[in-house]
Amino acid sequence: MNIQIALRTGLRRDAYAKANVSLPPVGRRKVGNLEENSVNLDAERIVVLMSAISEKRDVGAFEILYRHFYPRVRSYMVRMTRGNRVLAEELAQETMMRVWNKASLFDGSKAQASTWIFTIARNQMIDSVRRGVRPTFDPNDPAFVPDEFEAADTKIEREQSAAALGQAMTTLKGNYAEVLRLSFFEGLTHSSIAEKLNIPIGTVKSRIRLACEKLRNALQDEIK
Amino acid sequence: MRETAQRASGRNQMIEHHLDDDILSQYSAGTLTEGWSIAVASHLALCPACRSKVDMLDSLGGYFLEADDGRASDVSKSWEAVKARIDAGEVDNVVPLKVRSVPDRIYPEPLKRYIEAAGGLRWKRLGSGAAQMLIPTGDATTTVRLLKIPAGQPVPEHSHGGLELTLVLDGSFSDEVATFGRGDIEMADDNLTHQPKADLDKDCICLAVTDAPLRFKSRFMRLIQPLLGI
Repeated sequence: MNIQIALRTGLRRDAYAKANVSLPPVGRRKVGNLEENSVNLDAERIVVLMSAISEKRDVGAFEILYRHFYPRVRSYMVRMTRGNRVLAEELAQETMMRVWNKASLFDGSKAQASTWIFTIARNQMIDSVRRGVRPTFDPNDPAFVPDEFEAADTKIEREQSAAALGQAMTTLKGNYAEVLRLSFFEGLTHSSIAEKLNIPIGTVKSRIRLACEKLRNALQDEIK
Repeated sequence: MRETAQRASGRNQMIEHHLDDDILSQYSAGTLTEGWSIAVASHLALCPACRSKVDMLDSLGGYFLEADDGRASDVSKSWEAVKARIDAGEVDNVVPLKVRSVPDRIYPEPLKRYIEAAGGLRWKRLGSGAAQMLIPTGDATTTVRLLKIPAGQPVPEHSHGGLELTLVLDGSFSDEVATFGRGDIEMADDNLTHQPKADLDKDCICLAVTDAPLRFKSRFMRLIQPLLGI
């Protein structure tokens, strides 16, 4: 799939926007099992759009990406602000501006676009909603210990594991999927989850640990 | 000094004590407060294994982000606003290159910038040769400090009112549980009473984060505890 084709497809964006339906998927993979009535983009198409945005500064490609991700980021922000729609829209717009401005920093071999956009949205949320700071490591720091080896086909693995993660999530038992959902989707601390579910915090912790363990195992099986 | 740098960057030195998914998932979901996050991120700087776990957790965030578009369709208005900002050529503020006034390889980012913000390393004597430096943060729920324990010396036996994360930055210490070297992190909660002791070969420097005062076994230590601020 080269960028030229993607750009030509990008020219159909007006018709696409009016119809408000998803374009035919470019590849056979889907990101998780998502509902149909939204503007859904295929994972591979998102990769192509991202490179058109970062390399060519293609506003048309960004509009397609925007129509896909803005509603999702807004939805995330509505949950994180406990229903403050005005603030949520403002924060979603800021997040998407950062996506546009920082597109050259996106590395498709290291993360999926949805993961990358999630981290930008999350940092924006901590900044503006929690008025907090999120300390992070710096890969250029001389004390930083890099990975022992970088697999040549990380990118393929990454795409496989993203598809596999969606698959693995659907096989996770209700109790386990729920604690992850409350943590990542509702933004609840583990003690708030314990209160909400009326279970001891130790149970929340052990469910989180088991859920992560199961997901990692499922992903490893997939890659083998 | 060269030996320190080598040890500090030592890629062949395996980290044996890691963070668990409970705390890593909070860091990834954005629900962990600043104090804990300093210890988590500093461990991540030294531990590729835990970084790969965080990558998986971040993709979980991406998965949940994808999962809900709020059933909304009125994107055009907001797009017009963003399009106008792009057309106006709005760009991000460029972050200037940092001047590293603490060139030491012992302290990884983000810890290093906290030490710099506090005006550089300033050790305060704790008695018996041990020293500490409190690290100011914006997080009132935790206390973040550096501890320096002379080679072969113990920290007075204590238990924990809450959680204590201890990340080893230089040297090593041993307690009833195990031996901890550079990059290793110990998670101690109220079930553990321990007496960490710096190993003989060199002074041990640790980053310690707590959310409640330590409970010392000795009456004398409890007496002077408020003076030490631990």
